[in-house]
Amino acid sequence: MTTHGRLGGPARRIDHLPRRKAVNRMMEVLAWLAAAVAVGLLGLVVYSVVRRGWGALNLDLLTKTPVQFALTPVKQGLANAFVGTIVIVGIATLVALPVGILVALYLNEFAPPSVRNVVTLVLDVLNGVPAIVIGIFVYGLVILGGFDFFGLMPKHNQSGFAGAFALACLMLPLVARATMEVLSLVPNSLREASLGLGIPRWRTTLSIVLPQTVGGVVTATVLAVARVAGETAPLLFTSSLVGPQVSWNAHHALQSIPVAIFELSESADPADHARAWAAATVLMLFILLASVTARWLALRSRARLTSR
Amino acid sequence: MKEEDSEDMSTTITQPVKVETRRQPLPPREKLDRIFQIENLEAIYGTKPAVKGVTMDVFKNLVTAIIGPSGCGKSTFIRCLNRMNDLVPSFSQTGTIRYHGQDISSPDIDPVAVRRNIGMVFQRPNPFPKSIYDNVAWGMKVLGMKDNVDDRVERALTQAALWDEVKDRLKASALSLSGGQQQRLCIARAIAVEPDVVLMDEPASALDPIATQAIEQLMHSLKSEYSFVIVTHNMQQAARVADMTAFFSISRGEEGQRWGELIEYDATEKIFTAPTDKRTEDYVTGRFG
Repeated sequence: MTTHGRLGGPARRIDHLPRRKAVNRMMEVLAWLAAAVAVGLLGLVVYSVVRRGWGALNLDLLTKTPVQFALTPVKQGLANAFVGTIVIVGIATLVALPVGILVALYLNEFAPPSVRNVVTLVLDVLNGVPAIVIGIFVYGLVILGGFDFFGLMPKHNQSGFAGAFALACLMLPLVARATMEVLSLVPNSLREASLGLGIPRWRTTLSIVLPQTVGGVVTATVLAVARVAGETAPLLFTSSLVGPQVSWNAHHALQSIPVAIFELSESADPADHARAWAAATVLMLFILLASVTARWLALRSRARLTSR
Repeated sequence: MKEEDSEDMSTTITQPVKVETRRQPLPPREKLDRIFQIENLEAIYGTKPAVKGVTMDVFKNLVTAIIGPSGCGKSTFIRCLNRMNDLVPSFSQTGTIRYHGQDISSPDIDPVAVRRNIGMVFQRPNPFPKSIYDNVAWGMKVLGMKDNVDDRVERALTQAALWDEVKDRLKASALSLSGGQQQRLCIARAIAVEPDVVLMDEPASALDPIATQAIEQLMHSLKSEYSFVIVTHNMQQAARVADMTAFFSISRGEEGQRWGELIEYDATEKIFTAPTDKRTEDYVTGRFG
């Protein structure tokens, strides 16, 4: 407790009171400014991208394919890139989601503490591996090394599958760590309630613990999707040598939004630049929307879990 | 149930406990079936023993109360009886716990099978976040009791003295019930799977006197079908419901270690009126500590 001499307590002088107050005020202002800079930065990014991309943002962008070497202005878009991103990210999610959940279930519900600590650290390290390193790894494994995942991917060739595998490597630690987080929020008394009835451990985990975490897992998945949908580096090595046609077939290399933005930005045609900005706008709006949705889902599930 | 029982819920007792109960006189011990034969049980968390040297028999179709001060290992002890402590990573135990003659503490016994026979009701009500009906029915269905589920649910809820309060809203969430109702639901859930023994770890500690009374009454009326072991802080509760009472206390070693120990185990009447050990007498008359 601070004792203030003038407030009738024991007479005690506090040195430099006005200066202390001023320092306190200054630190508050500094902290506030730092927060404002963070918010302002996001605002600036959104503003500058949307300002440049708005002009080229139309339905053609989503529905038409690119035309190479167009001599006269024709209607064109990046439909191949949008479809490609949907396919690649979709496959990556289908792989990373179940594996990530199983990893989290094992670590949180079954693993002894020593194993749990080590594997958690490994996940955190994996989470910190730069995306381009993951890209090179998959390039070395699939395209140089010719490992085709037992016939799933074409050997020595780029493919949507190879890109999806690279993105799945990035998603896995995100999904696993976030799922562990929600699993640890499930009260132990609930596990005991089920085990106390003589219900086996796996059944308790599956029927009692896991349903409690659905909200959190969905949140984690949405965030992970938002994160990897914008990854360029892993796809440059694994799924970037593509034609302009729309394809849903992941056995071939598929175009994707981030790679398309990168390639268009190197074009000589200003119209290509405009399309790159527009694609960037779409990508960014998608990520913003996904993050807000995830946030909302997380709040809801957390409220449900902690209301017990 | 007597009215005066519910009045004094305080934990500090200044008056000697009056023993008033509807208990039947106990038949001689040799005539009772033994469900548990516990020998020299020691339960350890990490390197610290929580209870040491517990040797006692638990009898069939009786209510056995475990009383004692906080930290004397009552909960640890009762959780040994259905291998609930297996969930604590640093836990280990020595000694034997024979359940109908079979040592259930040995590592090759499946704890799931143990818990299937020896159910448990916990200190805080912990219903599943499911409907009232599913709370009772889910366990039965998973354990393969799939015929006459509706009848079994009704029977369990009736035995737990909850049926009349919930029969019109079985599909409502169990979390919408009051604390006392939730605890009775947990009891219904435990007895619905027809265990042999029901362990209760301070089942009334979070409940008001009326809910407590309901739970005591149901133990009394169900003990012809089940055997109960109940941990309680509340001596009047032990005096009211238990046929046999075990008094645990804290012992101190020379280097300041503390562990729980079984001091005295006898008919409740005897424990509360003519205890042989001075420590038991001090505790039941409120002169403890």
